[in-house]
Amino acid sequence: MKKNVNISVEYLTRVEGHGNIVINVKEGKLDTCRLDIVEAPRFFEGMLRGRSIFEAQHITSRICGICACGHTLASIQAAEDALGITPTEQTIKLRKLLLHYEMLDSHILHIYLLVAPDLLGVKSFVPLIGSHNEVVRRALRMKKTFNDLCDILVGRHVHPISATVGGFTKLPNPKDLDAMLDMLKGMRPDMDATVELVTSLKFPEFERDTEYVALVSDSSEYPFLMGAIGSTDGVRMDKRDYKKITNEFVVPHSSAKHAKLCRESYAVGALARFNLNSEKLHPKAKEVVTALGLKPKCINPYLNTVAQLVECVHCLEDAISILEDLKGNLNYNEEIVVGLNEHGRIPVRAGNGVGAVEVPRGILFHNYEIDEKGIIRDANCIIPTSQNTGNIEYDMMKLVPEILDRTGEEITLAIEMLVRSYDPCISCSTHFLDIKFINA
Amino acid sequence: MEKPKVAFFDFACCEGCQLQVANIGEGLLDVLGSIDVVEFREVMSEKWDKELDVAIIEGSITNPHAVERIKQIRERAKVLIAYGSCATIGGVNGMKNNFSFDDIRKYVYGDSYQFFPTEITKAVHQAVKVDYFVNGCPIYIPEFITVLKAVLQGIPYDVPDYPVCVECKLNENVCMYDREVTCLGTVTKAGCNSWCINNGNICYGCRGMVSNPNEKGAQDVLTKYKIPMDLVLNKMNMYNKCREIF
Repeated sequence: MKKNVNISVEYLTRVEGHGNIVINVKEGKLDTCRLDIVEAPRFFEGMLRGRSIFEAQHITSRICGICACGHTLASIQAAEDALGITPTEQTIKLRKLLLHYEMLDSHILHIYLLVAPDLLGVKSFVPLIGSHNEVVRRALRMKKTFNDLCDILVGRHVHPISATVGGFTKLPNPKDLDAMLDMLKGMRPDMDATVELVTSLKFPEFERDTEYVALVSDSSEYPFLMGAIGSTDGVRMDKRDYKKITNEFVVPHSSAKHAKLCRESYAVGALARFNLNSEKLHPKAKEVVTALGLKPKCINPYLNTVAQLVECVHCLEDAISILEDLKGNLNYNEEIVVGLNEHGRIPVRAGNGVGAVEVPRGILFHNYEIDEKGIIRDANCIIPTSQNTGNIEYDMMKLVPEILDRTGEEITLAIEMLVRSYDPCISCSTHFLDIKFINA
Repeated sequence: MEKPKVAFFDFACCEGCQLQVANIGEGLLDVLGSIDVVEFREVMSEKWDKELDVAIIEGSITNPHAVERIKQIRERAKVLIAYGSCATIGGVNGMKNNFSFDDIRKYVYGDSYQFFPTEITKAVHQAVKVDYFVNGCPIYIPEFITVLKAVLQGIPYDVPDYPVCVECKLNENVCMYDREVTCLGTVTKAGCNSWCINNGNICYGCRGMVSNPNEKGAQDVLTKYKIPMDLVLNKMNMYNKCREIF
């Protein structure tokens, strides 16, 4: 008998923001397959118009509490590009360090609290408090440590305070640097245990070939903060051409726009970065890659979580290297007071700037157009999750027919896990606009 | 005694204040020892549609669907907490109220704007009765724990109604006005331990205005440092635009 399946998941849980899944199979044939984004639109780009470029980072950080540091860094990069500011070497190092903290914090949250419950057969981390108490304690301990590291570096993780256009309003003192180093080195046993845990988990087997997009560069560094835009289909473009990459279009069921490049959709995130830059990972992260048998180009979307683990190991080790390099060498004269630049210490000009930064869920673009007084005239933010949404739907379309012999409940779980593996940040992804730049 | 049933609900927001709960760390297990969290969509798949002892509300009310939803939550909750700036004062979502809604919808969604309804951004207490307020963007964890203890004991919590400057002085920060930038600490409710100024930035007013600001004093400061009033009002509107709704 041909099967009918009707799945409607309202308010998908253990993701950031509000999304619904709708699947309809009629007589064994897939009729509907959608990821609806139903987050209430918040109109950030619209609200930015008329505000000072020196407020952009503070406001856009509020797009997302999970990747607040990533939005901050993309926003600052776009603002400095528009203003014509080149950050100092020291500022760049500190920003890379901040991005590592964000990557670690977000990936650990995703691996332990959002994904692990599925693979251990429970509905959330709460039942794990009884059954896997050590695992939950480790997760919360690691989460707290990354949070504390951000507290030291930028005041706090959710909406960082001291990272601004021009540099940092407060620099970590020598004791802070030592404390951060101790905390990171002390994290190594917990990271080893995390690798062990993920190695023991069984991820679903599913493959679909797609295009992966991430920052690429000619340097030997695994690029997070700076680079050009690259794809596994061989595209390479300057960040200023980001709109030729994203080619956004509106679909009625989603307050997040969709994106496509060489194919009908593309994917961003840890797996995309791994697929494009795996040879640049830290040697310790490469050991994990070998142990897990992960090879580029990996086309199982469920393994995005494994790629996140690999990045955790990389970021932990690279953060230690950055701190060892900064220790004893920080120039405190670089500490700045910015506010709204009331006294014009930072020269202001009209301009158009782009920020392209790898944040936990993939490449993030901010773009501002400012007038000669530094007032924002146009703004655009393109969020990783919106770039992934189309790709998730194509994954679902291939997956559902392959698992039709399962029960409705099992199909629902498989689809929920697929969507969760992308670590979607839906609260982020609903802020888009059709922009027409005056002097683009 | 049965543990009180607590649920978290999110409306238009960044969900960073919910994340602050995860940032409590292992101490979270102590908190979870005294309450029974029955719904928390961001980290749990469990759902709950019955009576609640405590509903914790994050986010602003920005569309008709949200108005209905918050009313239903209020009906089944004995105690309702507005949690974070978006919920307590409207927060950054309030900046939308500076624009015509058709204009801002068209700007963001172009020709498809009719798919995305919106209405004036409101704080939660502008839609339903609120019993406790936890201010801040994001919330300050020590204050949240204090409020939670008060809720569990059934006693009131009064948000400090003196300006951030009081805490800032105790923290021995150099005044931002003396560093030649404009700071909203003079008129903003304390309770955050002058978090931003401690880190070299200015106060943006995320906790809302004190009920009786020293307007004369604030004006003297603006005159002394030659700061135009409209600059301060514009700054105020970043978080506090919704105070105009009544």
